[in-house]
Amino acid sequence: MRQIDPDFLALPLRRLADAALQRARDLGAEHASFRLERVRAETLRLFDARLEGSMDADDLGFAVRVIKDGTWGFASGIELTPEAAARAAEEAVRVAAVSAPINREPVELAPEPVYDDVTWVSAYDVDPFEVPLPDKAATLADWSSGMLGRVDHVSASLMQVKEQKFYADSAGTVTTQQRVRVHPVLTAMKADGDRFDDMRTLAPPAGRGYEYLTGTGWDFPSELAELPELLAEKLKAPSVEAGPYDLVVDPSNLWLTIHESIGHATELDRALGYEAAYAGTSFATFDKLGNLHYGSPVMNVIGDRTVEHGLATVGWDDEGVAGQSFDIVKEGTLVGYQLDRRMALLKGLGRSNGCAFADSPGHVPIQRMANVSLQPAPGGPSTDELISRVGRGIYVIGDKSWSIDMQRYNFQFTGQRFYRIENGRLAGQLRDVAYQATTTDFWRSMEAVGGPQTYVLGGAFNCGKGQPGQVAPVSHGTPSALFRGVRILNTVQEGGK
Amino acid sequence: MNTPQETVERALALSQADGCVVIVDEGSTANLRFAGNTLTTNGVARSSRLTVISVAGQGVGVVSRSAVRPDQLEDVVAAADRAAREARPSEDARPLVEGGASEGWDRPVEPTSIEVFRDFAPALGESFASAEASGRRLYGFAEHILTSTFVGSSTGLRQRHDQPTGRLELNAKSADVSRSAWTGVATRDFADVDVAALDATLAQRLEWAKRRIALEAGRYETLLPPSAVSDLLIYLYWSAGARDAADGRTVFSKPGGGTRVGERLSPIPLRLSGDPAHQGIECAPFVIAHASGREQSVFDNGLPLARTDWIADGTLANLIQTRHSAELTGLAATPQIDNLIMTGPEGGRSLEEMISSTERGLLLTCLWYIREVDPQTLLLTGLTRDGVYLVENGEVTGEVNNFRFNESPVDLLGRLTEVGASEQTLPREWNDYFTRAVMPPLRVPDFNMSTVSQAS
Repeated sequence: MRQIDPDFLALPLRRLADAALQRARDLGAEHASFRLERVRAETLRLFDARLEGSMDADDLGFAVRVIKDGTWGFASGIELTPEAAARAAEEAVRVAAVSAPINREPVELAPEPVYDDVTWVSAYDVDPFEVPLPDKAATLADWSSGMLGRVDHVSASLMQVKEQKFYADSAGTVTTQQRVRVHPVLTAMKADGDRFDDMRTLAPPAGRGYEYLTGTGWDFPSELAELPELLAEKLKAPSVEAGPYDLVVDPSNLWLTIHESIGHATELDRALGYEAAYAGTSFATFDKLGNLHYGSPVMNVIGDRTVEHGLATVGWDDEGVAGQSFDIVKEGTLVGYQLDRRMALLKGLGRSNGCAFADSPGHVPIQRMANVSLQPAPGGPSTDELISRVGRGIYVIGDKSWSIDMQRYNFQFTGQRFYRIENGRLAGQLRDVAYQATTTDFWRSMEAVGGPQTYVLGGAFNCGKGQPGQVAPVSHGTPSALFRGVRILNTVQEGGK
Repeated sequence: MNTPQETVERALALSQADGCVVIVDEGSTANLRFAGNTLTTNGVARSSRLTVISVAGQGVGVVSRSAVRPDQLEDVVAAADRAAREARPSEDARPLVEGGASEGWDRPVEPTSIEVFRDFAPALGESFASAEASGRRLYGFAEHILTSTFVGSSTGLRQRHDQPTGRLELNAKSADVSRSAWTGVATRDFADVDVAALDATLAQRLEWAKRRIALEAGRYETLLPPSAVSDLLIYLYWSAGARDAADGRTVFSKPGGGTRVGERLSPIPLRLSGDPAHQGIECAPFVIAHASGREQSVFDNGLPLARTDWIADGTLANLIQTRHSAELTGLAATPQIDNLIMTGPEGGRSLEEMISSTERGLLLTCLWYIREVDPQTLLLTGLTRDGVYLVENGEVTGEVNNFRFNESPVDLLGRLTEVGASEQTLPREWNDYFTRAVMPPLRVPDFNMSTVSQAS
């Protein structure tokens, strides 16, 4: 297992924490936490195998959060001295005082065991920041060159993040963590007459190191070899006839539908209205816990912050709560929400399930998404077997466009590739396809989920939520699944053409 | 810690590359967030970011670090110099922009603080009490950001820009949360924000919503208020990169090659422009580029920006350019500007006047979750939100259900039948990134409401 980088451990973590927490205590705070973070991100972008831009950036700083007289106060700083940490604690208490006139709901936190000086590092082999940038650019350039000539243009990008967090609170918990994630993407573009289109790799972002690009966890050369031909076929494919179809949805597409229609819908802060003016609320209101018929009996969904290589996997969250796995939907019924400590106590749910996260030292922790995953059927069917059950339908691969309303009812998704299914067999690609549904109608129409052999961990680096806006990485595991009678749109007709 | 001006000078002196650009961004923010007539989160934050852009021949290296101490500066500059020496040639490489010091270069940074809400927070508290007494719940967010950016170069540039950015989003719901209304304002300092007046407009809209009318999906005559127009036009603006258009990848690509610059997009002589000096929405008057990409080049840092028409007299006039892409496309070098202004013919009417002259149509509040469906037509999908009202015989007669729409803003420009009077507005969807907009209300005869959304 990798160790936390010595240069992060060499920062004055404890001295700053002690100074901030002591000052918060002295000023009468009921609770205080200190978080010091360094988030390093490097992005490379190539176009037609030539480096278009790169950026190597970090974000280093600390945050103090207090509860004073039942009101939150938060302040962050960038000068890594005990004096600056103590000043931030004073400022956080001041923010609580200014905010007190508009706070009508005293803040209390659900209890959590104390974790005294514990560490956690995510599962990766090669630190991507130890690989020279020219080597990484050369890999992307080689992959791009392999497709040029068969397509008009190729864009390539590689995002890499290393996140290091030190957390201490007034209860005595002290955690230090480090995690790494990477996301390579290649997109091929081609025109055919008056039409143009693109197609990108399905490789999901992963909580892995640079080994992800060299054969561990994904076979990039094989995927890239197929892409030009698949794109050429797509450009010549017939336009879809709008109407209801049975769908077999591949994990490379279904992860995003899970994210939008289950992941966000089962965040308790949304259900309670904390996001009402921005990200929105949820149709899955708190009174429906335990009785909402979310989907068909084959639908089992968990929230999880422990799965290896998961983008939302941590040892402890940003309120000092241990990472856990918990049920959200069981046999089609809503049985759980994603929580932080305040909401867990407020709604009498006992312990938080560890979903507090801040994306940077300058932002306050809010309830963010666990790795929310649809469970496969033990001994369940392969994707081919699911397709064989369809007389007239469409097989959907890869995510592309997505949109869902502010209560998570009505959604519309497109994809990278759509195949017509005729009498249980694939019969060539279709184009101009979007599927549109209401969340519960869609999940209730799920007739079957695939077996563990179809299960893939998809995800994204950039799930947005909160004001000020925060981005969070999150994974979603899912098998292939079969849905009956889903509305398909023709996107060209939707555009009035 | 050094002052930002000292950091720029020291970093430039330390660089051993052929050329160097140093950008220092000093940021401060304060925010209040609330839901259900009570505070939920708050905070103040400071940030300091140093970006060193080193040039060695045609190669460029960019290293950006936060909270850099004076003793770390040499390492950051050396890393950028090394990256430049190891880099492959950059195709956007051009001579660095030359120039001198801008006014106020030496002035200290004056950060914002929680005190910016000293008058606003009590007023908001009074609105909470008033809303509570009247059976309304208020939700929303108030934020003030001050960013001071210093750009220095080995070619003599010393440019500074101080950008205040403020926004208030206010959302009122009925006690049973079945009715919802929204408004938002952009501000530079919160001194001009009248929260009680904003709450009053929301209360009126919640009254409108007491009569509910169910409508099917379909094409409707629709009045888009300035906020909704801004969200559609900002997406159009973000899709107006010259490079992508020339490469045949966007709605502004000409079939067979080239761009659609010069092509008429609307029968109405409307103008879409950016202007760093536009009163109330002033923004940086020179290029600030931390990294090169399709629509910006680090070599253009410091390039002066002036008013630029993207659409003039209904015709596509310019696309977003770097000096490099301008050479490729043979068009003017017109870099991106951080505001957007749309105006129609003189004499445009107010939204209220447009409502009065509507026989039957829909009045929207704002749009949400806007995403691209088809880049070739710039078909976008999204939702109506926080109030769709039916207008009959010049008056609002009730609230209609929400819809999912599928529409292209480029196509809309060719179909719209009225452009109202422009005013400053806060985009609902994009105000995390884009707050400086002046937009008119628009009348569209056949807006495509693709399906009904149950969200309320």
